[in-house]
Amino acid sequence: MSSKWSAGVRYLFLMLCALAVLYPILFAFSNAFMTPEESQAYPPAMFPSRLYLRNFADVLGLVPIGRFLLNSLVVSAVIMAGQLVTASLAAYAFAFVPFRGKNAVFFLFLSTMMIPWEVTIIPNYLTVKSWGWMDSYAGLTIPFLASTFGIFLLRQFFLQMPKELIEAARMDGCGHLRVFAIIVLPLARPALATLGVYVFLNAWNQYLWPLLITNTDTKRTVQIGISMLKWEEFISYGLLLAGVSLVLLPSLLLLALGLKQLVRGITAGAVKG
Amino acid sequence: MDSAQSLQSAHAGHTAHAAGALRASRTLRSLRSIKRRDNFTGYLFLLPCFAFFGVFLFYPLAKSVYLSFQITNPRGEVAAYAGLDNYASLFASGAAFLATLKATVLFTLYTVPAGIVIALVLAVMTHAKRPAMKAFQYAFSLPVVISAGTGAAIWILLFHPSAGMLNYFLGLLHLKPVFWLADPKWALVSVSMMTVWMNLGFNYIVLLGGLRGISDDIYDSLKLDGPGPFRSAFGVLIPLLSPTLFFLLIVSVIGAFQTFGQIHILTKGGPMDSTNVMVYRIYQEAFVNFRFGSGSAQALVLFAVILALTLAQFFWLEKKVHYQ
Repeated sequence: MSSKWSAGVRYLFLMLCALAVLYPILFAFSNAFMTPEESQAYPPAMFPSRLYLRNFADVLGLVPIGRFLLNSLVVSAVIMAGQLVTASLAAYAFAFVPFRGKNAVFFLFLSTMMIPWEVTIIPNYLTVKSWGWMDSYAGLTIPFLASTFGIFLLRQFFLQMPKELIEAARMDGCGHLRVFAIIVLPLARPALATLGVYVFLNAWNQYLWPLLITNTDTKRTVQIGISMLKWEEFISYGLLLAGVSLVLLPSLLLLALGLKQLVRGITAGAVKG
Repeated sequence: MDSAQSLQSAHAGHTAHAAGALRASRTLRSLRSIKRRDNFTGYLFLLPCFAFFGVFLFYPLAKSVYLSFQITNPRGEVAAYAGLDNYASLFASGAAFLATLKATVLFTLYTVPAGIVIALVLAVMTHAKRPAMKAFQYAFSLPVVISAGTGAAIWILLFHPSAGMLNYFLGLLHLKPVFWLADPKWALVSVSMMTVWMNLGFNYIVLLGGLRGISDDIYDSLKLDGPGPFRSAFGVLIPLLSPTLFFLLIVSVIGAFQTFGQIHILTKGGPMDSTNVMVYRIYQEAFVNFRFGSGSAQALVLFAVILALTLAQFFWLEKKVHYQ
Protein backbone atom coordinates (compact mmCIF):
# COMPACT_ATOMS: atom_id res chain seq x y z
CA MET A 1 0.00 0.00 0.00
CA SER A 2 2.66 2.47 1.06
CA SER A 3 4.77 1.64 -1.99
CA LYS A 4 1.74 2.33 -4.19
CA TRP A 5 1.35 5.69 -2.45
CA SER A 6 4.99 6.57 -2.91
CA ALA A 7 4.82 5.59 -6.58
CA GLY A 8 1.79 7.83 -6.98
CA VAL A 9 3.53 10.75 -5.29
CA ARG A 10 6.59 10.19 -7.44
CA TYR A 11 4.59 10.25 -10.67
CA LEU A 12 2.69 13.34 -9.55
CA PHE A 13 5.95 15.13 -8.74
CA LEU A 14 7.48 14.13 -12.09
CA MET A 15 4.38 15.30 -13.95
CA LEU A 16 4.49 18.70 -12.27
CA CYS A 17 8.20 19.01 -13.10
CA ALA A 18 7.58 17.97 -16.71
CA LEU A 19 4.79 20.54 -17.00
CA ALA A 20 7.08 23.29 -15.69
CA VAL A 21 9.91 22.28 -18.03
CA LEU A 22 7.67 21.98 -21.07
CA TYR A 23 5.54 25.06 -20.45
CA PRO A 24 7.69 27.63 -22.32
CA ILE A 25 7.81 25.35 -25.38
CA LEU A 26 4.06 24.66 -25.25
CA PHE A 27 3.55 28.39 -24.92
CA ALA A 28 5.61 28.99 -28.07
CA PHE A 29 3.84 26.34 -30.13
CA SER A 30 0.31 27.19 -29.02
CA ASN A 31 0.83 30.93 -29.55
CA ALA A 32 2.20 30.23 -33.02
CA PHE A 33 -1.30 29.05 -33.95
CA MET A 34 -3.13 32.00 -32.38
CA THR A 35 -4.62 35.00 -34.13
CA PRO A 36 -3.19 38.36 -33.03
CA GLU A 37 -6.41 39.00 -31.05
CA GLU A 38 -6.15 35.66 -29.27
CA SER A 39 -2.54 36.10 -28.23
CA GLN A 40 -3.33 39.52 -26.78
CA ALA A 41 -6.49 38.44 -24.95
CA TYR A 42 -6.83 38.79 -21.19
CA PRO A 43 -7.02 36.49 -19.37
CA PRO A 44 -4.53 34.85 -21.72
CA ALA A 45 -5.69 31.82 -23.68
CA MET A 46 -3.70 28.65 -23.00
CA PHE A 47 -4.57 27.03 -26.32
CA PRO A 48 -5.62 28.39 -29.71
CA SER A 49 -9.32 28.06 -30.50
CA ARG A 50 -8.51 26.73 -33.98
CA LEU A 51 -5.41 26.00 -36.08
CA TYR A 52 -4.64 29.44 -37.45
CA LEU A 53 -1.83 28.95 -40.00
CA ARG A 54 -1.48 32.51 -41.19
CA ASN A 55 1.56 33.14 -38.92
CA PHE A 56 3.53 30.34 -40.58
CA ALA A 57 2.62 31.50 -44.08
CA ASP A 58 3.64 35.07 -43.18
CA VAL A 59 6.96 33.96 -41.69
CA LEU A 60 7.82 31.82 -44.72
CA GLY A 61 7.04 34.82 -46.90
CA LEU A 62 9.25 37.13 -44.83
CA VAL A 63 12.45 35.00 -44.91
CA PRO A 64 13.59 31.94 -46.97
CA ILE A 65 13.41 29.51 -44.05
CA GLY A 66 13.66 26.39 -46.24
CA ARG A 67 17.10 27.42 -47.49
CA PHE A 68 18.19 28.32 -43.96
CA LEU A 69 17.05 24.92 -42.68
CA LEU A 70 19.10 23.14 -45.36
CA ASN A 71 22.20 25.23 -44.57
CA SER A 72 21.89 24.53 -40.86
CA LEU A 73 21.44 20.83 -41.55
CA VAL A 74 24.60 20.55 -43.69
CA VAL A 75 26.72 22.62 -41.31
CA SER A 76 25.57 20.78 -38.18
CA ALA A 77 26.05 17.32 -39.73
CA VAL A 78 29.61 18.07 -40.89
CA ILE A 79 30.60 19.52 -37.51
CA MET A 80 29.12 16.51 -35.71
CA ALA A 81 30.95 13.94 -37.86
CA GLY A 82 34.25 15.79 -37.56
CA GLN A 83 34.09 16.17 -33.80
CA LEU A 84 33.18 12.51 -33.23
CA VAL A 85 36.32 11.43 -35.12
CA THR A 86 38.78 13.90 -33.59
CA ALA A 87 37.41 13.65 -30.04
CA SER A 88 37.25 9.86 -29.86
CA LEU A 89 40.84 9.52 -31.12
CA ALA A 90 42.15 12.05 -28.64
CA ALA A 91 40.10 10.70 -25.74
CA TYR A 92 41.46 7.21 -26.41
CA ALA A 93 45.00 8.52 -26.26
CA PHE A 94 44.33 10.29 -22.95
CA ALA A 95 42.53 7.32 -21.41
CA PHE A 96 44.58 4.32 -22.56
CA VAL A 97 47.93 5.25 -24.17
CA PRO A 98 50.73 5.94 -21.68
CA PHE A 99 52.68 8.53 -23.65
CA ARG A 100 55.19 11.03 -22.37
CA GLY A 101 53.81 14.44 -21.45
CA LYS A 102 50.22 13.17 -21.25
CA ASN A 103 49.21 15.21 -18.20
CA ALA A 104 50.76 18.37 -19.58
CA VAL A 105 48.99 17.95 -22.93
CA PHE A 106 45.72 17.14 -21.19
CA PHE A 107 45.86 20.32 -19.16
CA LEU A 108 46.84 22.26 -22.25
CA PHE A 109 43.75 20.91 -24.01
CA LEU A 110 41.58 21.48 -20.98
CA SER A 111 42.73 25.07 -20.81
CA THR A 112 41.49 25.62 -24.38
CA MET A 113 37.97 24.96 -23.08
CA MET A 114 38.35 28.03 -20.91
CA ILE A 115 39.41 30.35 -23.72
CA PRO A 116 36.39 32.62 -24.01
CA TRP A 117 35.09 32.93 -27.56
CA GLU A 118 35.74 36.69 -27.63
CA VAL A 119 39.46 35.99 -27.36
CA THR A 120 39.52 33.98 -30.57
CA ILE A 121 36.68 35.37 -32.63
CA ILE A 122 38.40 38.45 -34.09
CA PRO A 123 41.59 36.67 -35.23
CA ASN A 124 39.51 33.72 -36.55
CA TYR A 125 37.31 36.08 -38.49
CA LEU A 126 40.43 37.59 -40.07
CA THR A 127 41.85 34.11 -40.85
CA VAL A 128 38.68 32.87 -42.51
CA LYS A 129 38.38 36.11 -44.45
CA SER A 130 41.96 35.95 -45.71
CA TRP A 131 41.43 32.37 -46.90
CA GLY A 132 38.35 33.40 -48.89
CA TRP A 133 36.02 31.26 -46.80
CA MET A 134 33.40 33.93 -46.20
CA ASP A 135 29.89 32.77 -47.13
CA SER A 136 30.99 29.16 -47.50
CA TYR A 137 30.33 25.86 -45.74
CA ALA A 138 34.09 25.59 -45.14
CA GLY A 139 34.10 28.79 -43.14
CA LEU A 140 31.03 27.70 -41.19
CA THR A 141 32.35 24.24 -40.29
CA ILE A 142 36.15 23.85 -40.30
CA PRO A 143 36.89 26.05 -37.26
CA PHE A 144 34.66 23.74 -35.17
CA LEU A 145 35.87 20.26 -36.18
CA ALA A 146 37.65 19.68 -32.86
CA SER A 147 36.53 20.51 -29.35
CA THR A 148 38.01 19.92 -25.93
CA PHE A 149 34.53 19.47 -24.61
CA GLY A 150 34.08 16.30 -26.66
CA ILE A 151 37.52 14.98 -25.73
CA PHE A 152 36.86 15.55 -22.03
CA LEU A 153 33.39 13.98 -22.18
CA LEU A 154 34.64 10.84 -23.96
CA ARG A 155 37.72 10.57 -21.73
CA GLN A 156 35.51 10.49 -18.64
CA PHE A 157 33.32 7.80 -20.23
CA PHE A 158 36.37 5.79 -21.33
CA LEU A 159 37.81 5.90 -17.81
CA GLN A 160 34.60 4.36 -16.48
CA MET A 161 35.13 1.32 -18.76
CA PRO A 162 36.53 -1.91 -17.27
CA LYS A 163 40.31 -1.48 -17.54
CA GLU A 164 40.92 -5.27 -17.48
CA LEU A 165 39.25 -5.63 -20.87
CA ILE A 166 41.61 -3.20 -22.58
CA GLU A 167 44.67 -4.56 -20.77
CA ALA A 168 43.77 -8.12 -21.76
CA ALA A 169 43.44 -7.16 -25.40
CA ARG A 170 46.80 -5.37 -25.26
CA MET A 171 48.44 -8.46 -23.69
CA ASP A 172 47.05 -10.54 -26.56
CA GLY A 173 49.02 -8.33 -28.91
CA CYS A 174 46.26 -6.05 -30.15
CA GLY A 175 47.58 -2.72 -31.41
CA HIS A 176 46.06 0.51 -30.13
CA LEU A 177 44.19 1.16 -33.36
CA ARG A 178 42.52 -2.27 -33.16
CA VAL A 179 41.63 -1.90 -29.49
CA PHE A 180 40.22 1.52 -30.32
CA ALA A 181 38.12 0.32 -33.24
CA ILE A 182 37.06 -3.11 -31.99
CA ILE A 183 36.67 -2.72 -28.23
CA VAL A 184 36.48 0.90 -27.15
CA LEU A 185 34.30 2.43 -29.87
CA PRO A 186 31.51 -0.18 -29.66
CA LEU A 187 31.49 0.04 -25.85
CA ALA A 188 31.41 3.82 -26.08
CA ARG A 189 28.36 3.97 -28.34
CA PRO A 190 26.12 5.57 -25.71
CA ALA A 191 28.73 8.25 -25.06
CA LEU A 192 29.27 8.79 -28.79
CA ALA A 193 25.52 9.14 -29.29
CA THR A 194 25.33 11.63 -26.45
CA LEU A 195 28.19 13.63 -27.91
CA GLY A 196 26.84 13.40 -31.47
CA VAL A 197 23.40 14.66 -30.56
CA TYR A 198 24.87 17.36 -28.36
CA VAL A 199 27.34 18.61 -30.97
CA PHE A 200 24.66 18.62 -33.65
CA LEU A 201 22.26 20.65 -31.54
CA ASN A 202 24.98 23.08 -30.49
CA ALA A 203 26.03 23.61 -34.09
CA TRP A 204 22.37 24.08 -34.97
CA ASN A 205 22.09 26.72 -32.25
CA GLN A 206 25.23 28.68 -33.17
CA TYR A 207 24.54 32.34 -33.48
CA LEU A 208 27.41 34.81 -33.49
CA TRP A 209 29.80 33.04 -35.89
CA PRO A 210 27.32 32.50 -38.76
CA LEU A 211 26.15 36.06 -38.25
CA LEU A 212 29.72 37.32 -38.71
CA ILE A 213 30.81 35.27 -41.71
CA THR A 214 27.65 35.02 -43.84
CA ASN A 215 26.44 37.98 -45.83
CA THR A 216 23.99 36.40 -48.24
CA ASP A 217 20.82 34.36 -47.81
CA THR A 218 22.34 31.38 -49.69
CA LYS A 219 24.58 30.40 -46.76
CA ARG A 220 22.72 31.87 -43.77
CA THR A 221 21.68 29.49 -41.03
CA VAL A 222 18.36 29.21 -39.33
CA GLN A 223 19.25 31.07 -36.11
CA ILE A 224 20.12 34.13 -38.18
CA GLY A 225 16.75 33.75 -39.88
CA ILE A 226 15.09 34.04 -36.48
CA SER A 227 17.14 37.09 -35.62
CA MET A 228 16.13 38.68 -38.93
CA LEU A 229 12.54 38.29 -37.74
CA LYS A 230 13.33 39.98 -34.47
CA TRP A 231 14.65 43.06 -36.21
CA GLU A 232 11.41 43.44 -38.14
CA GLU A 233 9.29 46.24 -36.69
CA PHE A 234 6.27 44.41 -35.40
CA ILE A 235 4.32 42.44 -34.35
CA SER A 236 2.19 39.82 -32.94
CA TYR A 237 3.61 37.24 -30.55
CA GLY A 238 2.21 34.69 -32.98
CA LEU A 239 4.44 35.60 -35.90
CA LEU A 240 7.68 35.56 -33.89
CA LEU A 241 6.74 32.32 -32.16
CA ALA A 242 5.78 30.72 -35.48
CA GLY A 243 9.35 31.39 -36.60
CA VAL A 244 10.72 30.02 -33.30
CA SER A 245 8.55 26.91 -33.71
CA LEU A 246 9.83 26.28 -37.23
CA VAL A 247 13.42 26.51 -36.00
CA LEU A 248 12.74 24.24 -33.02
CA LEU A 249 10.85 21.56 -34.93
CA PRO A 250 13.83 19.82 -36.62
CA SER A 251 15.83 19.72 -33.38
CA LEU A 252 12.83 18.34 -31.49
CA LEU A 253 12.57 15.56 -34.07
CA LEU A 254 16.31 14.90 -33.85
CA LEU A 255 16.05 14.65 -30.08
CA ALA A 256 13.23 12.11 -30.40
CA LEU A 257 15.41 10.03 -32.75
CA GLY A 258 18.60 10.73 -30.82
CA LEU A 259 17.19 9.68 -27.47
CA LYS A 260 16.13 6.37 -28.99
CA GLN A 261 19.63 5.95 -30.45
CA LEU A 262 21.02 6.74 -27.05
CA VAL A 263 18.92 4.07 -25.34
CA ARG A 264 19.73 1.49 -28.02
CA GLY A 265 23.47 2.19 -27.71
CA ILE A 266 23.23 1.87 -23.96
CA THR A 267 21.45 -1.48 -24.16
CA ALA A 268 24.07 -2.76 -26.61
CA GLY A 269 26.86 -1.64 -24.27
CA ALA A 270 25.16 -3.11 -21.24
CA VAL A 271 25.15 -6.67 -22.62
CA LYS A 272 28.56 -7.56 -21.33
CA GLY A 273 30.76 -10.49 -22.30
CA MET B 1 89.86 -32.68 -12.57
CA ASP B 2 88.46 -30.68 -9.79
CA SER B 3 89.73 -27.51 -11.19
CA ALA B 4 88.55 -28.39 -14.69
CA GLN B 5 85.11 -29.17 -13.29
CA SER B 6 84.97 -25.95 -11.42
CA LEU B 7 86.19 -24.13 -14.46
CA GLN B 8 83.48 -25.76 -16.51
CA SER B 9 80.80 -24.94 -14.01
CA ALA B 10 82.13 -21.43 -13.79
CA HIS B 11 81.97 -21.24 -17.53
CA ALA B 12 78.42 -22.61 -17.48
CA GLY B 13 77.52 -20.09 -14.84
CA HIS B 14 79.03 -17.38 -16.92
CA THR B 15 77.06 -18.43 -19.98
CA ALA B 16 73.88 -18.57 -17.93
CA HIS B 17 74.65 -15.14 -16.59
CA ALA B 18 75.36 -13.83 -20.06
CA ALA B 19 72.13 -15.32 -21.38
CA GLY B 20 70.21 -13.77 -18.51
CA ALA B 21 71.76 -10.41 -19.21
CA LEU B 22 70.96 -10.79 -22.86
CA ARG B 23 67.36 -11.67 -22.07
CA ALA B 24 67.10 -8.77 -19.67
CA SER B 25 68.48 -6.36 -22.19
CA ARG B 26 66.12 -7.72 -24.83
CA THR B 27 63.09 -7.18 -22.56
CA LEU B 28 64.44 -3.77 -21.73
CA ARG B 29 64.81 -3.00 -25.39
CA SER B 30 61.32 -4.26 -26.23
CA LEU B 31 59.96 -2.29 -23.26
CA ARG B 32 61.71 0.75 -24.59
CA SER B 33 60.35 0.17 -28.07
CA ILE B 34 56.83 -0.26 -26.64
CA LYS B 35 57.29 2.98 -24.79
CA ARG B 36 58.54 4.69 -27.92
CA ARG B 37 55.65 3.25 -29.91
CA ASP B 38 53.20 4.42 -27.21
CA ASN B 39 54.64 7.92 -27.38
CA PHE B 40 54.25 7.88 -31.14
CA THR B 41 50.70 6.46 -31.06
CA GLY B 42 49.60 8.89 -28.37
CA TYR B 43 50.62 11.91 -30.39
CA LEU B 44 49.34 10.39 -33.64
CA PHE B 45 45.88 10.06 -32.09
CA LEU B 46 46.08 13.66 -30.93
CA LEU B 47 47.30 15.01 -34.26
CA PRO B 48 43.92 16.05 -35.75
CA CYS B 49 43.01 17.92 -32.59
CA PHE B 50 46.42 19.60 -32.46
CA ALA B 51 45.99 20.80 -36.03
CA PHE B 52 42.56 22.35 -35.50
CA PHE B 53 43.43 23.79 -32.09
CA GLY B 54 46.66 25.23 -33.45
CA VAL B 55 44.99 27.20 -36.21
CA PHE B 56 41.70 28.18 -34.54
CA LEU B 57 42.57 28.40 -30.84
CA PHE B 58 46.26 28.80 -30.03
CA TYR B 59 47.15 31.15 -32.85
CA PRO B 60 44.17 33.46 -32.18
CA LEU B 61 44.97 33.34 -28.46
CA ALA B 62 48.52 34.46 -29.13
CA LYS B 63 47.25 37.17 -31.44
CA SER B 64 44.86 38.40 -28.75
CA VAL B 65 47.72 38.59 -26.27
CA TYR B 66 49.58 40.69 -28.81
CA LEU B 67 46.54 42.91 -29.37
CA SER B 68 46.08 43.42 -25.62
CA PHE B 69 49.32 45.42 -25.55
CA GLN B 70 48.24 47.64 -28.44
CA ILE B 71 45.85 50.45 -29.15
CA THR B 72 43.78 49.65 -32.23
CA ASN B 73 41.81 51.78 -34.61
CA PRO B 74 38.11 50.95 -35.15
CA ARG B 75 39.02 48.71 -38.09
CA GLY B 76 41.07 46.52 -35.77
CA GLU B 77 44.46 47.62 -37.09
CA VAL B 78 47.19 48.34 -34.58
CA ALA B 79 47.61 52.08 -34.12
CA ALA B 80 50.09 52.37 -31.27
CA TYR B 81 51.89 50.35 -28.63
CA ALA B 82 50.05 50.60 -25.32
CA GLY B 83 52.23 48.56 -23.00
CA LEU B 84 50.27 47.63 -19.91
CA ASP B 85 47.86 50.57 -20.20
CA ASN B 86 44.90 48.38 -21.23
CA TYR B 87 45.34 46.24 -18.13
CA ALA B 88 46.10 49.18 -15.84
CA SER B 89 42.95 51.06 -16.85
CA LEU B 90 40.86 47.92 -16.25
CA PHE B 91 42.00 47.60 -12.64
CA ALA B 92 42.01 51.36 -12.17
CA SER B 93 38.28 51.36 -12.88
CA GLY B 94 37.95 49.56 -9.51
CA ALA B 95 34.27 49.66 -8.64
CA ALA B 96 33.05 49.04 -12.20
CA PHE B 97 35.35 46.04 -12.57
CA LEU B 98 34.26 44.66 -9.19
CA ALA B 99 30.60 45.09 -10.18
CA THR B 100 31.00 42.96 -13.31
CA LEU B 101 32.97 40.39 -11.32
CA LYS B 102 30.20 40.29 -8.70
CA ALA B 103 27.48 39.90 -11.34
CA THR B 104 29.44 37.04 -12.94
CA VAL B 105 30.03 35.21 -9.65
CA LEU B 106 26.39 35.64 -8.56
CA PHE B 107 25.18 34.39 -11.93
CA THR B 108 27.40 31.30 -11.55
CA LEU B 109 26.12 30.67 -8.01
CA TYR B 110 22.48 31.06 -9.10
CA THR B 111 22.76 28.77 -12.13
CA VAL B 112 25.36 26.02 -11.54
CA PRO B 113 24.30 24.35 -8.24
CA ALA B 114 20.57 24.65 -9.02
CA GLY B 115 21.09 23.35 -12.56
CA ILE B 116 23.05 20.28 -11.44
CA VAL B 117 20.88 19.40 -8.41
CA ILE B 118 17.57 19.65 -10.31
CA ALA B 119 18.94 17.55 -13.18
CA LEU B 120 20.39 14.99 -10.75
CA VAL B 121 17.09 14.54 -8.87
CA LEU B 122 15.17 14.16 -12.13
CA ALA B 123 17.74 11.77 -13.64
CA VAL B 124 17.84 9.55 -10.52
CA MET B 125 14.02 9.45 -10.47
CA THR B 126 13.62 8.61 -14.15
CA HIS B 127 16.58 6.46 -15.22
CA ALA B 128 15.02 3.10 -14.28
CA LYS B 129 12.92 1.04 -16.67
CA ARG B 130 9.45 1.87 -15.36
CA PRO B 131 6.24 2.70 -17.21
CA ALA B 132 6.14 6.17 -18.80
CA MET B 133 9.80 6.90 -18.02
CA LYS B 134 10.68 7.32 -21.69
CA ALA B 135 8.13 10.13 -21.94
CA PHE B 136 9.64 11.84 -18.89
CA GLN B 137 13.15 11.35 -20.28
CA TYR B 138 12.12 13.07 -23.47
CA ALA B 139 10.42 15.89 -21.57
CA PHE B 140 13.41 16.61 -19.33
CA SER B 141 15.90 16.39 -22.21
CA LEU B 142 13.85 18.73 -24.32
CA PRO B 143 15.40 22.09 -23.33
CA VAL B 144 18.67 20.92 -24.93
CA VAL B 145 17.23 22.00 -28.29
CA ILE B 146 16.77 25.58 -27.07
CA SER B 147 19.36 28.12 -28.16
CA ALA B 148 20.02 31.41 -26.40
CA GLY B 149 18.25 33.02 -29.36
CA THR B 150 15.06 30.95 -29.38
CA GLY B 151 15.00 30.63 -25.57
CA ALA B 152 15.32 34.36 -25.03
CA ALA B 153 12.67 35.03 -27.70
CA ILE B 154 10.22 32.88 -25.74
CA TRP B 155 11.14 34.11 -22.26
CA ILE B 156 11.14 37.80 -23.14
CA LEU B 157 7.41 37.33 -23.83
CA LEU B 158 6.92 35.31 -20.61
CA PHE B 159 8.75 38.00 -18.60
CA HIS B 160 6.67 40.88 -20.00
CA PRO B 161 5.51 42.93 -16.96
CA SER B 162 1.84 43.39 -17.97
CA ALA B 163 1.09 40.84 -20.71
CA GLY B 164 3.58 38.14 -19.63
CA MET B 165 2.45 34.76 -18.38
CA LEU B 166 4.73 34.72 -15.31
CA ASN B 167 2.99 37.75 -13.78
CA TYR B 168 -0.36 36.31 -14.81
CA PHE B 169 0.45 33.16 -12.80
CA LEU B 170 1.61 35.29 -9.84
CA GLY B 171 -1.73 37.15 -10.08
CA LEU B 172 -3.60 33.85 -9.86
CA LEU B 173 -1.73 33.20 -6.59
CA HIS B 174 -2.62 36.75 -5.40
CA LEU B 175 1.01 37.82 -5.52
CA LYS B 176 2.23 41.20 -6.66
CA PRO B 177 3.62 41.39 -10.19
CA VAL B 178 7.40 41.39 -10.52
CA PHE B 179 9.29 43.54 -12.99
CA TRP B 180 11.41 40.60 -14.01
CA LEU B 181 13.87 42.29 -16.34
CA ALA B 182 13.44 45.94 -15.35
CA ASP B 183 14.01 45.63 -11.57
CA PRO B 184 17.73 45.64 -10.71
CA LYS B 185 17.00 43.28 -7.80
CA TRP B 186 15.32 40.75 -10.08
CA ALA B 187 17.02 40.99 -13.47
CA LEU B 188 19.93 38.66 -12.69
CA VAL B 189 17.60 36.17 -10.99
CA SER B 190 15.31 36.24 -14.05
CA VAL B 191 18.14 35.64 -16.50
CA SER B 192 19.37 32.85 -14.20
CA MET B 193 15.93 31.19 -14.15
CA MET B 194 15.86 31.17 -17.93
CA THR B 195 19.43 29.84 -18.02
CA VAL B 196 18.77 27.00 -15.55
CA TRP B 197 15.80 26.00 -17.69
CA MET B 198 17.82 26.20 -20.90
CA ASN B 199 20.72 24.13 -19.46
CA LEU B 200 18.51 21.53 -17.79
CA GLY B 201 18.27 19.36 -20.90
CA PHE B 202 22.02 19.08 -21.28
CA ASN B 203 22.68 18.40 -17.59
CA TYR B 204 19.90 15.82 -17.51
CA ILE B 205 21.17 13.95 -20.60
CA VAL B 206 24.74 13.80 -19.29
CA LEU B 207 23.62 12.50 -15.88
CA LEU B 208 21.24 9.99 -17.46
CA GLY B 209 24.15 8.72 -19.58
CA GLY B 210 26.29 8.44 -16.45
CA LEU B 211 23.58 6.53 -14.56
CA ARG B 212 23.17 4.15 -17.49
CA GLY B 213 26.91 3.52 -17.45
CA ILE B 214 26.68 2.02 -13.95
CA SER B 215 26.40 -1.75 -14.23
CA ASP B 216 23.09 -3.54 -13.72
CA ASP B 217 24.60 -5.66 -10.92
CA ILE B 218 24.80 -2.59 -8.75
CA TYR B 219 21.17 -1.67 -9.34
CA ASP B 220 20.17 -5.30 -8.65
CA SER B 221 22.10 -5.39 -5.41
CA LEU B 222 20.50 -2.09 -4.41
CA LYS B 223 17.07 -3.66 -4.93
CA LEU B 224 18.00 -6.74 -2.84
CA ASP B 225 19.61 -4.86 0.03
CA GLY B 226 16.91 -2.22 -0.20
CA PRO B 227 18.46 0.72 1.61
CA GLY B 228 15.57 2.92 0.45
CA PRO B 229 15.53 5.18 -2.58
CA PHE B 230 17.24 8.20 -1.04
CA ARG B 231 19.99 6.37 0.80
CA SER B 232 20.73 4.27 -2.25
CA ALA B 233 20.86 7.39 -4.38
CA PHE B 234 23.21 9.28 -2.15
CA GLY B 235 25.25 6.48 -0.59
CA VAL B 236 25.91 4.39 -3.68
CA LEU B 237 24.97 6.13 -6.90
CA ILE B 238 26.63 9.49 -6.24
CA PRO B 239 30.13 8.09 -5.64
CA LEU B 240 29.76 5.92 -8.76
CA LEU B 241 28.48 8.92 -10.68
CA SER B 242 31.23 11.22 -9.43
CA PRO B 243 33.28 11.31 -12.68
CA THR B 244 30.18 12.47 -14.54
CA LEU B 245 29.24 14.97 -11.82
CA PHE B 246 32.76 16.34 -11.77
CA PHE B 247 32.72 16.77 -15.53
CA LEU B 248 29.37 18.54 -15.33
CA LEU B 249 30.56 20.88 -12.59
CA ILE B 250 33.66 21.94 -14.53
CA VAL B 251 31.75 22.46 -17.76
CA SER B 252 28.91 24.33 -16.02
CA VAL B 253 31.18 26.78 -14.22
CA ILE B 254 33.04 27.54 -17.44
CA GLY B 255 29.75 27.92 -19.31
CA ALA B 256 28.34 30.27 -16.66
CA PHE B 257 31.42 32.49 -16.85
CA GLN B 258 31.01 32.71 -20.64
CA THR B 259 27.25 33.33 -20.84
CA PHE B 260 26.42 35.97 -23.37
CA GLY B 261 23.47 35.36 -25.71
CA GLN B 262 20.54 35.53 -23.30
CA ILE B 263 22.00 38.56 -21.52
CA HIS B 264 22.49 40.32 -24.84
CA ILE B 265 18.89 39.68 -25.82
CA LEU B 266 17.07 39.97 -22.48
CA THR B 267 18.75 42.78 -20.51
CA LYS B 268 21.74 44.18 -22.42
CA GLY B 269 23.68 44.24 -19.16
CA GLY B 270 21.14 46.42 -17.36
CA PRO B 271 19.25 47.59 -15.41
CA MET B 272 21.89 49.59 -13.52
CA ASP B 273 24.61 47.12 -14.62
CA SER B 274 23.01 44.38 -12.49
CA THR B 275 23.47 41.83 -15.29
CA ASN B 276 26.64 43.32 -16.77
CA VAL B 277 28.71 40.12 -16.57
CA MET B 278 32.35 40.05 -17.67
CA VAL B 279 31.69 38.64 -21.13
CA TYR B 280 29.05 41.26 -21.85
CA ARG B 281 31.43 44.03 -20.85
CA ILE B 282 34.09 42.58 -23.16
CA TYR B 283 31.58 42.42 -26.00
CA GLN B 284 30.71 46.09 -25.52
CA GLU B 285 34.34 47.11 -25.36
CA ALA B 286 35.32 45.23 -28.53
CA PHE B 287 32.25 45.24 -30.77
CA VAL B 288 30.38 48.37 -29.64
CA ASN B 289 33.23 50.72 -28.70
CA PHE B 290 35.65 49.03 -31.15
CA ARG B 291 38.50 49.04 -28.62
CA PHE B 292 39.91 45.65 -29.58
CA GLY B 293 43.11 46.10 -27.56
CA SER B 294 41.33 46.81 -24.31
CA GLY B 295 38.70 44.17 -25.12
CA SER B 296 41.44 41.59 -25.61
CA ALA B 297 43.03 42.57 -22.31
CA GLN B 298 39.71 42.04 -20.50
CA ALA B 299 39.13 38.75 -22.27
CA LEU B 300 42.53 37.54 -21.12
CA VAL B 301 41.78 38.56 -17.53
CA LEU B 302 38.55 36.56 -17.77
CA PHE B 303 40.52 33.64 -19.17
CA ALA B 304 42.92 33.78 -16.22
CA VAL B 305 40.01 33.80 -13.73
CA ILE B 306 38.33 30.79 -15.35
CA LEU B 307 41.64 28.93 -15.61
CA ALA B 308 42.36 29.47 -11.90
CA LEU B 309 38.87 28.30 -10.94
CA THR B 310 39.15 25.14 -13.03
CA LEU B 311 42.59 24.25 -11.70
CA ALA B 312 41.29 24.79 -8.16
CA GLN B 313 38.42 22.39 -8.81
CA PHE B 314 40.84 19.81 -10.18
CA PHE B 315 43.18 20.01 -7.22
CA TRP B 316 40.50 20.00 -4.52
CA LEU B 317 37.78 17.87 -5.98
CA GLU B 318 39.31 15.31 -8.29
CA LYS B 319 40.69 13.39 -5.28
CA LYS B 320 37.09 12.77 -4.23
CA VAL B 321 36.16 11.49 -7.68
CA HIS B 322 35.84 7.73 -7.75
CA TYR B 323 37.12 6.20 -10.99
CA GLN B 324 36.37 2.52 -11.53
